[in-house]
Amino acid sequence: MPAVSKGDGMRGLAVFISDIRNCKSKEAEIKRINKELANIRSKFKGDKALDGYSKKKYVCKLLFIFLLGHDIDFGHMEAVNLLSSNKYTEKQIGYLFISVLVNSNSELIRLINNAIKNDLASRNPTFMCLALHCIANVGSREMGEAFAADIPRILVAGDSMDSVKQSAALCLLRLYKASPDLVPMGEWTARVVHLLNDQHMGVVTAAVSLITCLCKKNPDDFKTCISLAVSRLSRIVSSASTDLQDYTYYFVPAPWLSVKLLRLLQCYPPPEDAAVKGRLVECLETVLNKAQEPPKSKKVQHSNAKNAILFETISLIIHYDSEPNLLVRACNQLGQFLQHRETNLRYLALESMCTLASSEFSHEAVKTHIDTVINALKTERDVSVRQRAADLLYAMCDRSNAKQIVSEMLRYLETADYAIREEIVLKVAILAEKYAVDYSWYVDTILNLIRIAGDYVSEEVWYRVLQIVTNRDDVQGYAAKTVFEALQAPACHENMVKVGGYILGEFGNLIAGDPRSSPPVQFSLLHSKFHLCSVATRALLLSTYIKFINLFPETKATIQGVLRAGSQLRNADVELQQRAVEYLTLSSVASTDVLATVLEEMPPFPERESSILAKLKRKKGPGAASALDDSRRDTSNSDINGGVEPTPSTVSTPSPSADLLGLRAAPSPAAPPVPVGGNLLVDVFSDGPTAQPSLGPTPEEAFLSELEPPAPESPMALLADPAPAADPGPEDIGPPIPEADELLNKFVCKNSGVLFENQLLQIGVKSEFRQNLGRMYLFYGNKTSVQFQNFSPTVVHPGDLQTQLAVQTKRVAAQVDGGAQVQQVLNIECLRDFLTPPLLSVRFRYGGTAQSLTLKLPVTINKFFQPTEMAAQDFFQRWKQLSLPLQEAQKIFKANHPMDAEVTKAKLLGFGSALLDNVDPNPENFVGAGIIQTKALQVGCLLRLEPNVQAQMYRLTLRTSKEPVSRHLCELLAQQF
Amino acid sequence: MIKFFLMVNKQGQTRLSKYYEHVEISKRTLLETEVIKSCLSRSSEQCSFVEYKDFKLIYRQYAALFIVVGVNDNENEMAVYEFIHNFVEVLDEYFSRVSELDVSFSEHLPVACGKAHSRYNHISAVTQEGFLYEALAVLELTL
Repeated sequence: MPAVSKGDGMRGLAVFISDIRNCKSKEAEIKRINKELANIRSKFKGDKALDGYSKKKYVCKLLFIFLLGHDIDFGHMEAVNLLSSNKYTEKQIGYLFISVLVNSNSELIRLINNAIKNDLASRNPTFMCLALHCIANVGSREMGEAFAADIPRILVAGDSMDSVKQSAALCLLRLYKASPDLVPMGEWTARVVHLLNDQHMGVVTAAVSLITCLCKKNPDDFKTCISLAVSRLSRIVSSASTDLQDYTYYFVPAPWLSVKLLRLLQCYPPPEDAAVKGRLVECLETVLNKAQEPPKSKKVQHSNAKNAILFETISLIIHYDSEPNLLVRACNQLGQFLQHRETNLRYLALESMCTLASSEFSHEAVKTHIDTVINALKTERDVSVRQRAADLLYAMCDRSNAKQIVSEMLRYLETADYAIREEIVLKVAILAEKYAVDYSWYVDTILNLIRIAGDYVSEEVWYRVLQIVTNRDDVQGYAAKTVFEALQAPACHENMVKVGGYILGEFGNLIAGDPRSSPPVQFSLLHSKFHLCSVATRALLLSTYIKFINLFPETKATIQGVLRAGSQLRNADVELQQRAVEYLTLSSVASTDVLATVLEEMPPFPERESSILAKLKRKKGPGAASALDDSRRDTSNSDINGGVEPTPSTVSTPSPSADLLGLRAAPSPAAPPVPVGGNLLVDVFSDGPTAQPSLGPTPEEAFLSELEPPAPESPMALLADPAPAADPGPEDIGPPIPEADELLNKFVCKNSGVLFENQLLQIGVKSEFRQNLGRMYLFYGNKTSVQFQNFSPTVVHPGDLQTQLAVQTKRVAAQVDGGAQVQQVLNIECLRDFLTPPLLSVRFRYGGTAQSLTLKLPVTINKFFQPTEMAAQDFFQRWKQLSLPLQEAQKIFKANHPMDAEVTKAKLLGFGSALLDNVDPNPENFVGAGIIQTKALQVGCLLRLEPNVQAQMYRLTLRTSKEPVSRHLCELLAQQF
Repeated sequence: MIKFFLMVNKQGQTRLSKYYEHVEISKRTLLETEVIKSCLSRSSEQCSFVEYKDFKLIYRQYAALFIVVGVNDNENEMAVYEFIHNFVEVLDEYFSRVSELDVSFSEHLPVACGKAHSRYNHISAVTQEGFLYEALAVLELTL
């Protein structure tokens, strides 16, 4: 490229710039600029044609003015003119102006594209580079459309100069990132891979960047890059420190290229070819060896560059996770860095070691550094480093060192930075639970957590301790004793009061024998905290009090006194008031037996994944949107993973306190008491986010949580991923998912259950049918923590189903919050007999990708069955009447399920027909009758099922007044046994 | 992957910014303010990597000038850290001893940006999204 001396600079421009710099005030500056703008405008408008030099000078001035922050509304044309100049400096300023100032929808874009096209075709490498840089800098879709096809050609052309190839590769990368669909894949892809062999290191570096990006989408197309990358890497790693001349950086050969090659290899599993793999392992070993050699230079740049390669090498070793020897060596190397005087290295070593800890091969090796890491947690001056140390301790924790690590983390918590306290609390809670050998240690740990960092103990954490205490008898007494002691402290955290209130309400009796913690003492201790607490806690304490009345009848009078006090009965908070009124009445109206039933000890909670773990996952999970993305969205959400999960208001949270007794649902104390069932608490402690009001214990919820075995999980891949973002018409839906029939079959004999479930979404169904009408409730539950957008479930009638079945759907909200559930009501009318079920198509956007799935709606003709009772004589008479050959359908089939008469009976009843006793002479056989109700007609059905237990076979015979119905019912029913 | 590249002085004025991912102009100011704030508040004992939202800031300070690179999670911090230095060396060589004063108040306006030399080779080839070459050119004009 032409090196132009600085003397070539435009004098007028230099004068102008120094004028501006010398301006004493903003006003003076603006005045000077306006004067200059007027001057330039008159020059551009003047009759005299400007020469290239003047044009360049004025365009430069405009650019400078623009960069000072002023608007420029002219001069674009002159800049475009400069593009066609043959002088490098003029062309360059033209391109610069275009890159900085021209927006994509400018009408000049055609002229610009034309100039670029000419330069690309010019065969002048400097001009080609300028054009390529401009395309990449603008990077707009229009540019992509115009040039995406040309650039691959330039990139792989045999006669392109190195600098052009390099620019072309980077330009293509840029366009691919901006609009991947515009970059055509083709035979050039194979040739791009071979650029890894190029003589010119700049070309290789640019090509590696491009390939790394492209291969993520089509790994197989670029698979050949593995061996090329390995051999290139091997050549660099083994080269002498001066071999690569221009690409040697402080005696380190091509450090950035090495890093990029190592990164590219991480897109693939270890090489299959033994020779390639051997060569690669050799490279990795060489890098590890070099780390031990004395440095070739004392300069920090030398060691930084060397370490960059080393860290990337370790990443690759961890990625492969298959070479125990290398993993342990990597760990030892990082161990040395843990004590290095450079903070950066300590930080990076802790970070890398964290991933090493999860490998089975290096876990033990990592554990040997525990003392250093604990020391780092205590002494590091930088919070980011301490955070890494805490992460590493968490990762290296196992049963052998849990007590030590947990106690160190607890100690650290006392002085920890506010920003990371909550995360530390979660980690301690998880480790304590996961590695608890005795549960008293666990209880101690959590209570310590609340004591030290009560504000940061989220609901999940203290719910969890209650869950565990409730489920484990051996720890209940200890827990009661410990919370009692903890509550003695003059100032204790409200979370402690909550845990204490709940535990004493359940298990206070276990310590009541000791006069120091007799019932009245327990009560007065709790009540001394009452007035300092928030509404939610007071509500919980009221529930504790009513439980006390049951546990300790001697406290009844005192507690009734408290409940009766004006401050409770007339409390401004409706929840507290209602509890006080209800509990007071309950305690005076109900007999001891009833009280004992209502206020019985909580049943054990079903074992699930710890809700805390789920929370930690959410905090760090992939759901966290990119901050850059985020900045495009709402600023109110700007704090993504720095902040706390949006915590729900306590009022809407179905916390144990809110519904401890399930009494809120009871309209009055006189009504039959609601048993203390597990339902509410199942919801509360379910591992999904508990926070959404819609997850409140509605009857549907309770119903859903009682469901029979959940539907088998379908892999994500089943969710078709239609690329077009546009909303296709409702008719334009995908085919039903492969297991749609299987899912449908589950609902032939029952009306409620989980219709579908995958990682994102759960669909529950509940329906009822009368005559030819039906109503169906669909419950769509978002299982993620991210909002679904454009959520639209629609019901489609394929074929002529429209005339047979009418389904009215209510619209649902287009957004489904993470963890929330929405309900959709379907009104169904059967117009005439039908054979195929309607389709349910669900579409939504999750994290930016469109999801859609199509299921069969569980509406089958038998849903409109009316059971008919009849005597044996009538049955046989009708049976004979339906004697046309096609009116009968018969099937003989093998039993798929154990042949249990009761189950069969239940299924037949669920199918909809009446079961008639004493009809068939053989008591083993089942006989049923019913009428299918449709708006247009009624179809009488008779059925007979003959099990043969020896052969494990059934014979099923159906006779109906309509031929297709017989066949259809027969098929439906046969699949049920 | 590099997401943005900033040169900011101690007063918080952005001297150069280059984004490799679309960010609205209005959000850039906010982002830049926050980014520089989190770097300025750090002492020399602290490490040069800051977690900011879901990406990492890697910064180096040269006298009153900060160079901050925002990268996503799996970038090699050390490589980027040293790359910043490489970049500064290029500026230094180009302007013969670069300082913030140079960068911001330099009187001369060089027009040749194709001045090739060894350090520059790394830069143009290393930046994944490329085109610090252009950044250089823009920089020259803002001098």
